[in-house]
Amino acid sequence: MTAVAALTIRERSRALWTRLGQLDPRWLVSFLITLVLVVGEARYGILGGYDRLAVALGVCMATELALSRWLRGRFANPQSAYITGVSLALLIKPRVDLLWPFALGGFLAIASKYVLQYRGRHLWNPSNFSIALLVLAAPASVAILSRQWGNDLATNAVIWCFGLLIVSRVRMLHITLTYVACFVGLAALRHWIVSGPLLAEIAPITGPMYQLFIFFMITDPKTTVSTVRGRIIVAAAVAVAEAAIRLAGDFHVAALSPLYPAPPILALAIVGPVANLIDLYRADRSGRST
Amino acid sequence: MWRQGVVSVSFLAAIALVLVLNRRAAGSGDSSVEPRFHFTNITAEAGIDFVHHGPTLDPKLDDIAPLVSSLGASVTVADVNDDGWPDLYFTNSRFGYPNALYLNRRDGTFVDTARAAGLADVNRPGEGVSMGAVWGDFDNDGLEDVLIYKWGYLQLFKNMGNLEFKDVTEAAGLRHWMNANGAVWFDYDRDGLLDLYVGGYYRSDIDLWHLKTTRIMENSFEFATNGGKNRLFHNLGGGRFEDVTDKMGVGSTRWTLAVAAADFNGDGWPDLFLANDYGPEELYLNDHGQRFVLSRVGLESDSKSGMSATLGDVLNRGRVDAFVTNISEPGYLFHGNNLRLNFLPELGRFQQAAEGVVADAGWAWGAQLGDLDNDGHNELFIVNGYVSGDRDRSYWYAASKIAGAFGPVFEDARSWPAIGTASLSGYERSRVLVNRGLAGWRDVAAQVGVTDEYDGRAIVLVDLFNRGVLDVVVANQKQPALVYKNTVAPGNHWIAFKLVGTRSNRSAIGAEVTLEFGAERQLQIVHGGVGFASQNDRRLHFGLGRTGRADRVVIRWPSGTVQTIEHPAVDQLHVVTEPRPDA
Repeated sequence: MTAVAALTIRERSRALWTRLGQLDPRWLVSFLITLVLVVGEARYGILGGYDRLAVALGVCMATELALSRWLRGRFANPQSAYITGVSLALLIKPRVDLLWPFALGGFLAIASKYVLQYRGRHLWNPSNFSIALLVLAAPASVAILSRQWGNDLATNAVIWCFGLLIVSRVRMLHITLTYVACFVGLAALRHWIVSGPLLAEIAPITGPMYQLFIFFMITDPKTTVSTVRGRIIVAAAVAVAEAAIRLAGDFHVAALSPLYPAPPILALAIVGPVANLIDLYRADRSGRST
Repeated sequence: MWRQGVVSVSFLAAIALVLVLNRRAAGSGDSSVEPRFHFTNITAEAGIDFVHHGPTLDPKLDDIAPLVSSLGASVTVADVNDDGWPDLYFTNSRFGYPNALYLNRRDGTFVDTARAAGLADVNRPGEGVSMGAVWGDFDNDGLEDVLIYKWGYLQLFKNMGNLEFKDVTEAAGLRHWMNANGAVWFDYDRDGLLDLYVGGYYRSDIDLWHLKTTRIMENSFEFATNGGKNRLFHNLGGGRFEDVTDKMGVGSTRWTLAVAAADFNGDGWPDLFLANDYGPEELYLNDHGQRFVLSRVGLESDSKSGMSATLGDVLNRGRVDAFVTNISEPGYLFHGNNLRLNFLPELGRFQQAAEGVVADAGWAWGAQLGDLDNDGHNELFIVNGYVSGDRDRSYWYAASKIAGAFGPVFEDARSWPAIGTASLSGYERSRVLVNRGLAGWRDVAAQVGVTDEYDGRAIVLVDLFNRGVLDVVVANQKQPALVYKNTVAPGNHWIAFKLVGTRSNRSAIGAEVTLEFGAERQLQIVHGGVGFASQNDRRLHFGLGRTGRADRVVIRWPSGTVQTIEHPAVDQLHVVTEPRPDA
């Protein structure tokens, strides 16, 4: 390859990178979650039935369109409903014969944006709220993602590469990296406290539930706080809350047992809205826009 | 503003609906159904005092020993002395602990004769421990022989008569070390001699008491292929067997827990159905006894944790359907059981029909289909529960940590969190599901007196006292066995068949019996092992309901001979001998 050709390729890459950065972040996130969906379904049948995807997607998008038109007089861009619908279809694994968790979960996810608001902003990431509610309120019907990408390193690597690329383009890489660093550090601490195998404490972050969590949920621009520093603190706080849940699990604290199936999702469901409320309150006091 | 209010109310209503629907899903039992049968636990009165002991393994596995050593309780039925009364064989799984052969004394009690018969002292260091047994007359001498499969060397015992058994493993060419958890007798080439298929669980190069590595576990939670290789042994006659696994193409290395054989596609040749742990089920279709072909009938992408391969005619269609147990644990995992209705002849696939109580039976193990109330439809009895340790400590959270790890981490037993004294889906109640045809199934376990919370593994259905009803015997892991005597409300009729092969194998394993009664038609098969670590009474029992009419019986013998019996007498056992060609 000549030096000129190499230069051209470098320039084109840079131009593409810049253009990606200018795109609506939802396009990139939509691409990533579609990639996860296609790879997961093609290789591992992760959905457990296309009817699940159809119901979750259909209800999410219909609810978004209906509520936005009815309450705000205009149809909302359905992309975030698409992301929520696919997330639900991937993340909740109800009993094989039940479809209602996808229907009610989809409705609750989207409706939460219109109901659980403070100063015009919704407090929970929609899929985070819906999944947390289903896990807590319907444990006899719903489990969290149990399919594991075949415990395969290569599939994980693909998802991580694309995930990191995209969160960096939507300028949320600091959240992902903070959370991952904190998770690993706290896993080492938990290992030291409970004397279990270190790899067992780190292992969960290699699973698909975490990939969906760190690339789609905790990084959702609509439900993160307004400053970089604040987002880093919140990501760390979520990891700490999760570690607390996990330690309670290790010590069999019965009162917290409903939290054990999905520690990161429930940690975010607890920390996220509190952080958003504080952020909105501070912004209100300082007259700053969020 | 009012619009916002409407949305908020709808939002709250949806949350309330979640709670209501979840409550319905969690519901156990159905008091609206009045079962016409009842079980009584007669274990002590019957003289069955068997208690299973789990294996003690290499100390390197100590952290997860309760998980690894959670297999081995099995029960099988055979008439070992050919007196017309069914006997019971239980396996034990700890060195020095005997297996038990309970001989039916015909007076409602049993006596353990395993030691005198030579079938007790088989769990020894260097030889391995029992995981199960299957009975079949491999030499067609009219006496039931037994293969004991182990984590260790297979053992074949020939029935010499007079309740004496001789170990003929070496002479038969079957002295192979396998970590096996399932086996089935069947005649795959229809030559009249019973062949043997054994399912491997752990790899066969692993000695679980002297581990060279701790990398012995599955390399994937759902698509593991590093289990023990299954083996097919062809009966050559003269008491010799030949390993034809590779030649016949049935050497699956998935983690096979249960094996069953039947002609699923109606071509006259028995196929193999495998329930695999950490992976999808497999159906090997028999190509005229020349080879097996792994079918693509929709099973390959539906990966779960198959435990039991239970076969039966679920909807009286004259078809053999498959029920495969799996794991369900609220909040953590809903693999769900599979009820696979057989549409292979028409559509080339199974139709999944499990829902409600059929889909969710906890951490389910053995299951059997049989007509428990003689109403003409098969009920489903499912036993369950994995490890019952401390009631207030669950291993599920710890298990969820390692389950998502990469294969190389997952397969190393040292990476697994220690279980200590915790439970993992322990203290689960068995399920007894009444078949209401297209109206679905209802769980009546508590109503019919099945309330135990043992860690059930194997279950058999057997008319223990020749009364025309199916009793139930359960082998529980590291716990006492249970005998449930069945009392059926008067009014329903029955008919039963004991088949004796002539051109076919003498045990008649593989024979299909289709009974036509009124508008109903039910198929049953003589099995050489079915369910999980179990083998039912090989006498086929049909309930007839209140009509008390049996119109026609069509017997398709393994040899291909078809025999028809018109209007057989009901409420009795018929002993049917296969007609010879010149008969």
